[in-house]
Amino acid sequence: MTGWEVFLQQLIIGLSNGMIIALIALGYTMVYGIIELINFAHGDLFMLGCFAALTVVSLTGGLPVWLVLMLLLVLTPVFCGSLNWLVDRLAYRHLRDATKLAPLVSAIGVSFVFLNLGLFWGGLPLKVFGFGKAAAAPKDFPTLVSNANLLGSSNVEFTTKDLLVLVITVPLMVGLTLFVKRTRAGKAMRAVAQDRLAAQLMGIDANRVIGQTFLLGGGLAGVASVVASLYNNTIYFQMGYRAGMDAFTAAVLGGIGSLPGAVLGGLCIGLARAFADQYIATRWTNVIVFAILILVLVFRPSGLLGAKHREKV
Amino acid sequence: MKLRFHWAFLLIAALVPVVGLFVPAAQSLGELLRPIFIMAILALGLNILTGFTGILNLGVAAFMALGAYVYAILTCDIYPFQFGFWPAVLLTVLVGLLAGLMLGLPTIRLRGDYLAIVTLGFGEIVQDSLKNMDVITKGTQGINPLPAPTFAGYVFRSETYAPWYYLFLGFLALVVLLNRNLQRSRVGRAWIAIREDELAASCMGVNPMKMKLLAFSLGAAQCSLAGALWASFLGSSGEPGNYDFQVSIIALCIVIVGGMGNIAGVLLGALVVVGCNSLVLETFTNFLKAHELISSTNVYTAPGNWKYMLFGLALILMMRFKPEGLLPSRQVKAELHPHEPPPS
Repeated sequence: MTGWEVFLQQLIIGLSNGMIIALIALGYTMVYGIIELINFAHGDLFMLGCFAALTVVSLTGGLPVWLVLMLLLVLTPVFCGSLNWLVDRLAYRHLRDATKLAPLVSAIGVSFVFLNLGLFWGGLPLKVFGFGKAAAAPKDFPTLVSNANLLGSSNVEFTTKDLLVLVITVPLMVGLTLFVKRTRAGKAMRAVAQDRLAAQLMGIDANRVIGQTFLLGGGLAGVASVVASLYNNTIYFQMGYRAGMDAFTAAVLGGIGSLPGAVLGGLCIGLARAFADQYIATRWTNVIVFAILILVLVFRPSGLLGAKHREKV
Repeated sequence: MKLRFHWAFLLIAALVPVVGLFVPAAQSLGELLRPIFIMAILALGLNILTGFTGILNLGVAAFMALGAYVYAILTCDIYPFQFGFWPAVLLTVLVGLLAGLMLGLPTIRLRGDYLAIVTLGFGEIVQDSLKNMDVITKGTQGINPLPAPTFAGYVFRSETYAPWYYLFLGFLALVVLLNRNLQRSRVGRAWIAIREDELAASCMGVNPMKMKLLAFSLGAAQCSLAGALWASFLGSSGEPGNYDFQVSIIALCIVIVGGMGNIAGVLLGALVVVGCNSLVLETFTNFLKAHELISSTNVYTAPGNWKYMLFGLALILMMRFKPEGLLPSRQVKAELHPHEPPPS
């Protein structure tokens, strides 16, 4: 491979991974935008989504691949969204007026519970989980989408998987933007994010809108689970930490609370990872990603696309 | 005079090895208490930041790691320094102070959540750098062996129990004394004022940046002290993975479960959180294993596998029903329960 081909290859890998990170980051940024909560459990919700996806695959064995894909893309987001909504209903909703640290610590607690659920899920006596013999071991996700290169005999590989990532994530992001900008429910979300009390005075049921945000953010994490599982073909119960960390970094990098910011941040993190892997050294990749984050925050404290925040007095 | 909880805690702790001479159970309890003392020193360092000043720090493990590695480099005989225990500890604390200052200087102006993510990122950077700079840090092996500490001619051997116990307890008492005096000083009042309302504090003549920076470096210094002590006890810097995000989170949980901004609360929190983590679950697992009540292949029956579940549920329930912690400071309690009359 020539230098250019290597560069193009890493660009494709970085963009694909970046889109997945962006999907998770959207869930972070939406929840943060509306109740200023760093939802620590979001990465682990993504992990549970991957286990749900593998379970769906296991239970639908024998069906045609396109049907399995459709089922995955419906059932997993519904599962993740409902779970996220339920957690908000049971845990965070009671802490709306508490000190700022209370929901954050609660979210850390939820992430621990999710982590443990992931471990137990891997111990289920199903064939895909190795009949529960080694619950903590990584699980293989079957190759539903082929690895064939769409660019023919070119050295640069743009596979069906990369295409799948684009085909699923781009319309979803466009749809989300339209939803938040154009619909009544989206308007309510923006209103609650801007000023909850004023929104309530205008007759908006703030708790319902916040619940919808959790549902939507969780659903996006669910889609990310399906895409990531199909793309990487391996899942394990500790994967939520790394994924959550990357996504959160992406959300902050783009300007937390901003939807286009989360996508831009996700792409930046994905590309930074791919290029650092290629041109520096894999073992320094994490250091480089976080160093970029700290530098951006020092010089642009509200992120790349974040609105200038003026403290209210 | 009313006996304060933290002094009572230290007094009772001082008696444990004495009782251990007669009751063997007290000795095994004492052995479990040593890591609790270290975690208490770490959590007290975090308490200066999160408890007093209201700055969320998600990367205290990084400063602990820094302390452990600096101490190891200063004492280990493969390096040219080969300091004794006491000068090495002193230097490590100074390095921690400087490291806190270096991280704080560019980032202290950031808003709360952004600062939290910077500390989190710093934690990851330190951990990975320690792993990767294997020429200096020996990678995942850690730097070892470290010479045993000495005090006035006495050598602390790794197999002895009571001397280490009193060494750590002594450091903990020192840290408690320092923090209590800080809390009651002009600086401590400034920190609490910043936590309550930064703008109002600055109007009253407090310089928030200076005070926050001071909190940052003093907190970091205490965390690196915890790291140095732990390294001296292990006889090794430990591997970088020992200082991961979980350690930072456990320290945060200690502060929050115990009672933010209250030294006695942090001590109680260390006892409860670390105690539950190691003492209760491990004893229970060993008991079940000894009686052949669990099989090693089934993931659900081993109590150790329920650790995160219990820990997580405890945090969630705690925030729901007692967000001020087990032993809150008076100010925090008054803030969260404004309608109850203050204790007379």
